[in-house]
Amino acid sequence: MKLQHFITYVILILLTLSVVYPALWIVMSSLKEGNSLYSETLIPRAFTFDHYKDLFTNTRYQYSLWYMNTIKVAVLSAILGTIMTMLGSYAMARFRFVGRKFGLMGMLVLNMFPSFMSLVAIYILLLQFELLNSHWALILVYSSGAFISNVFVAKGFYDTIPRSLDEAARIDGASHWKVFTSVMIPLSKPMLTYISLVIFNGAWVDFIFARLILRTADQETLAVGLYDIVNQQTSTDFTFFAAGAVLLSVPVLLLFVWLQRFLVDGLTAGASKG
Amino acid sequence: MTKHTPQATMLSTLFMGLGQWYNRQFIKGILFALIEIIGIYWIVTRLADSVRGLVTLGDTPRGMIKVGKVYQPVDGDHSIFLMVEGLISLIFVLLFVFVYALCIRDARITANNREQGIEPHSFSVTLSNIANKNFPYLILVIPITAAILLTVMPIIFSVLVAFTDFAAPILPPAKLVSWVGFDVFNKLINLGSWSHTLYGVAAWTVVWAIIATLSTYLLGTIVAVLIQQKGIRLKTFWRTMLIIPFAVPNLVSLLVFRNLLNEEFGPINQYLELIGLSGLPWLNDPTWARLTVIFVNLWLGFPLIMILVSGILTTIPKDLYEAADVDGAPRFYVFRAITLPLVLYSTAPILIMQFASNFNNFNVIFLLTNGNPVVPDYLYAGGTDLLVTWLYKLTLTNNQYNFASVLSILIFIIIASLSILNYRNTRSFKEEDMIQ
Repeated sequence: MKLQHFITYVILILLTLSVVYPALWIVMSSLKEGNSLYSETLIPRAFTFDHYKDLFTNTRYQYSLWYMNTIKVAVLSAILGTIMTMLGSYAMARFRFVGRKFGLMGMLVLNMFPSFMSLVAIYILLLQFELLNSHWALILVYSSGAFISNVFVAKGFYDTIPRSLDEAARIDGASHWKVFTSVMIPLSKPMLTYISLVIFNGAWVDFIFARLILRTADQETLAVGLYDIVNQQTSTDFTFFAAGAVLLSVPVLLLFVWLQRFLVDGLTAGASKG
Repeated sequence: MTKHTPQATMLSTLFMGLGQWYNRQFIKGILFALIEIIGIYWIVTRLADSVRGLVTLGDTPRGMIKVGKVYQPVDGDHSIFLMVEGLISLIFVLLFVFVYALCIRDARITANNREQGIEPHSFSVTLSNIANKNFPYLILVIPITAAILLTVMPIIFSVLVAFTDFAAPILPPAKLVSWVGFDVFNKLINLGSWSHTLYGVAAWTVVWAIIATLSTYLLGTIVAVLIQQKGIRLKTFWRTMLIIPFAVPNLVSLLVFRNLLNEEFGPINQYLELIGLSGLPWLNDPTWARLTVIFVNLWLGFPLIMILVSGILTTIPKDLYEAADVDGAPRFYVFRAITLPLVLYSTAPILIMQFASNFNNFNVIFLLTNGNPVVPDYLYAGGTDLLVTWLYKLTLTNNQYNFASVLSILIFIIIASLSILNYRNTRSFKEEDMIQ
């Protein structure tokens, strides 16, 4: 083996260890007995699934409720957000109408505003109108935000579908709506799947806005709930947190495995190819 | 040929719908007339009030008013409600003017058609036209409305707040908010403790964004190139393992790191003590905390660059390397002269985007250190706080809404100039009509 390869392997092994260690540690912690952060060994002496059971039976935290809240918010945001992105980007890609250029420019400019700006403003408004603590605020904001940030990816996709397809359907007498539902939607399934999963994932792990909006423990989502567990000064529930964190990650990991094939395409879709 | 256009245009300008009546489109005419009646009713009864509200932001504070011989509590004006109401009113006025213009245009076009012998459409034809000719508008209604209500309106509101004194202790409904012009900007830039915090936090934000971007970029590129080398085995295995940080939700890995690096009980310090070193104040000392967030961000960020660069590496033509081989160029030289420029060229936009997202990297800072450790002479900010986390704290915990708004305007200016640089090269905007 050449020296160069040897060094490469050493670097790769070290990197892999440093990458795997935190993940391994949290899984092991969720399986160990007791509840403290401190442990003598990485691999616990005795394994237990008590903490996972605890998640759904414990009364101090409402983990199962958080899980349901998160599923509700993420699924509804994904559905609404995908529908809006689909409609908006199709109109922008396929039709030339008065105000189109203006709309596209506007969307670009909106993309430049830090999402913080509108989030903070929405928070202040909801606070003044005493409408905080509602899941619908989250869902509406996630889905409309998804429309603005994904419209160019989706539009880029529709741009690549040859026009002759819908023109043929139009000549055969199909209405615009018919063309859209029976030609375009089936063709854009991969893109729609990608976008809906990205929105789902975003809503699933969002902390920033959820923490602004959600006020009571029974409305909280997983992200906010887990943060609260860790953030308590006298937290003695470390293993509880560990189990909760593992369960939060599972859906995201599954999605990731499934999404991997879209990954590079999706990431580079908006980028310049020089 | 009879002239119709001047009459129809005049009538429509006079009162919405009259032109349509003149063109014998009765249902359409009635609909337009209804819109005008509602609009005028609303303008007469409400508009003046809501504009005054927007200008003054209320003039009756909450308090006790002497009525006869007794003091009675009055509710007073709520400045923020007045501001929002005024804003919505202005949008309605714009909408009304827009519909008015549409109405006149419609009457004009129809009349013009009549002059050329084309009969005006019946109402059912008009309806089916909406579904056909105006299809793009129809499907845009929902997304655009949502975007305007939930993004544009809040942004305008946020900009307005920057010019008021809306900050604790001046909070409605107890107190009235008023316009203060550029006062808040002035305070933030010139007033002792505010400006000290602003410059400190901004400087750290820029340093952080540069280091965070370059470090992830370098490590990601190096790893991608290392794996790509000829003769390295298990390529897929390495890539799959090293992608883990990208696959685990940020939220979880950051909270895990927060525990791992716990000064008293965290396993990292535990190991350090085992081998005879003393534990380090990872998150509790200003300098160490800054180094820690950079390292943790490196852990989180390099896989993304690795994936991207791996993708680019496969597209570099093989003959370039073969030619270099024939010429006997040393490995490092090949990397510097072929690989690096090509990779840099294709990833430049991503580099800018990464800089922008690190600039606003809320999660890493807030979840890991909460912006702490505390710096004594900062106002509401800590040693690792970025502009965005400072903004968040100003809003959520300290109720300094106007300062937060000014900050977000500053952030917008910075991010927008970067984005413009980037979007100018964006493919899906530039070459949109290429594939037909």
